[in-house]
Amino acid sequence: MTHLPILPILLPSLVGILLILPPFANHLRMQRWFTLGALGVLVIIAIELLMTTDQSPLIYILGGWHPPFGIMLLADRLSALLVLLTAVLAFCAALYGAAYEETTGRFFYPLFLFQIMGINGAFLTGDAFNLFVFFEILLIASYALLIHGGGKEKTKASFHYITLNLIGSAFFLIALGTLYGTLGTLNMADMSNRVTTLMPSGQIIAKAGGMLLLVVFGLKSAMLPLQFWLPKTYAAASAPVAALFAIMTKVGLYSIYRVFGGIFGETAGSLAFMAHGWIWPLAIATLVFGMLGALAAPSLRLLTSNMVIISVGTLLLTFVVNQGNALGAGLYYLIHSTLVTGALFLLADQIRVQRGNAQDRFVVSRPMAQGKPLGILYMIAAIAVVGLPPLSGFIGKLLVLQGAVEPQEQTWLWGTVLVSSLLALIAFSRAGTALFWHLSGSKPGSETAHPLQWTAIVLLLSASPLLTIFAGPVTEFTDRAADDVVNSHEFVLQIIDQQEALHSDGH
Amino acid sequence: MELIFALCVGVLTSCGIYLCLRGTTFSVVLGLTLLSYSVNLFLFASGRLALNAAPILKHSEQITDPLPQALVLTAIVIGFAMTAFAVILAMRARADLGNDHVDGTPPSLEQTLRQKDKRS
Repeated sequence: MTHLPILPILLPSLVGILLILPPFANHLRMQRWFTLGALGVLVIIAIELLMTTDQSPLIYILGGWHPPFGIMLLADRLSALLVLLTAVLAFCAALYGAAYEETTGRFFYPLFLFQIMGINGAFLTGDAFNLFVFFEILLIASYALLIHGGGKEKTKASFHYITLNLIGSAFFLIALGTLYGTLGTLNMADMSNRVTTLMPSGQIIAKAGGMLLLVVFGLKSAMLPLQFWLPKTYAAASAPVAALFAIMTKVGLYSIYRVFGGIFGETAGSLAFMAHGWIWPLAIATLVFGMLGALAAPSLRLLTSNMVIISVGTLLLTFVVNQGNALGAGLYYLIHSTLVTGALFLLADQIRVQRGNAQDRFVVSRPMAQGKPLGILYMIAAIAVVGLPPLSGFIGKLLVLQGAVEPQEQTWLWGTVLVSSLLALIAFSRAGTALFWHLSGSKPGSETAHPLQWTAIVLLLSASPLLTIFAGPVTEFTDRAADDVVNSHEFVLQIIDQQEALHSDGH
Repeated sequence: MELIFALCVGVLTSCGIYLCLRGTTFSVVLGLTLLSYSVNLFLFASGRLALNAAPILKHSEQITDPLPQALVLTAIVIGFAMTAFAVILAMRARADLGNDHVDGTPPSLEQTLRQKDKRS
């Protein structure tokens, strides 16, 4: 058995623990290089995982207790893709944080690594309760990271964020208890198998439990009407944390894919596609709400937060249209939107610092010390995030639009996605005009960006042209990854059957 | 037994949700605590309720499902840690913002008085 699937969880947790121990705890420079080194290694591990899982999914049986009884990790194309995405984003965010945020409070890097551990764990686990545990790990790290550095805005945003997520966790447990009570298993592949053989009385309870899970994941992924916490929280977080949070909503989305595509998906008999009827209108409403938020946003960070909501709405739409066959297009869009919004959060922070008192609000201010390079990067990021050719946003949106085949779906999806792009274009043009051209005086401030910060922003933004150039192989891969939502469960079930056959032979 | 158990869980949950909807951080933290108690009880019952049954083989005639007990143990630990964090954060918010309202800014005294006038 290869140990590859557990490395993305073990590496950040071990390095994180190491960094809070005495020799490193007060040694910021060591912490920085260890973290960046660990995240660099994580990128390599994630690439290796991606290559391996493209041949066949990997199962890692924890403690030697075989599924369906023990906890197992499941690495398939979908989870490997998201682990790689997390690693790349985390590396760039940590690089940006190395310039300033590391000094605003203690233990920035260990918290950062624990959050990566939680996110990777949530992507890799094959057990529903284990998913809850990893959710809690990533959440408690995110609570601490959110308030890292202190300040009134952060405290205010934190309390809402924490209360909502704690209530969400309570619902998560109730849902898991209900599902375990009816299905008698927590292994997600085994659950997908047992859903088909439920009695009608059990089906109703399982449906209630499943729909409760939709509430929980809707809260994490910021689906309307559970998204009100997001803009404030993301705008209050410090830049590298906000950039890392760009992947957090995707953890919620990933869980929706796994639960409502895998367990209650096309194989679930009479419970098949039970959440799709709900997700469809809610996704459109999320999109509409995100565009209104983007138009009304008074600062660049709030505007970017609303772009996160728009991308969540779009991704939810790709999950439900065409019976889930558009998910491959959605995954391409997911890669693009995560990296570009991450870059935008970093860029917004740099613009905020260089504009002095005006911060990133759309008001008249003094010119920026490095206005030209920042302006160019802003334009690239805006083109990518709005979805104009030639960058990846355009290809992503085109794929999403192609995903809808039925006329009724096409009307709604094309209408909302295209109008949201137009409104985002207006919002970003207005923001750019205000930020770069509405100047008072000609004396720029003295703040300039650190080379590490430039590198982080440029690295993240370069993903967009790269995704355009390699759109062919990437979309082929995401199509295969989308199929894994159902196929991996079949693979796990085969392994469970083999195990049972082995045991019955032994007796 | 099932009825009493279900009633306990129900009362705890509704009290918890009521308290979570209150405006001060202290009641919200209390509400979260009650909610986590009720959730733990509920999770415990998901393996069905049984009397005089051990979760270990060969220790008694009847056996009960051990998994919910393991799940509850995990949930208790996590819930405890999260509550501790929420308490500290509530205290920090009180110190940073100068009041204990969940939004950081309580509705002004004037406004509350006006509402009272309207009611009377």
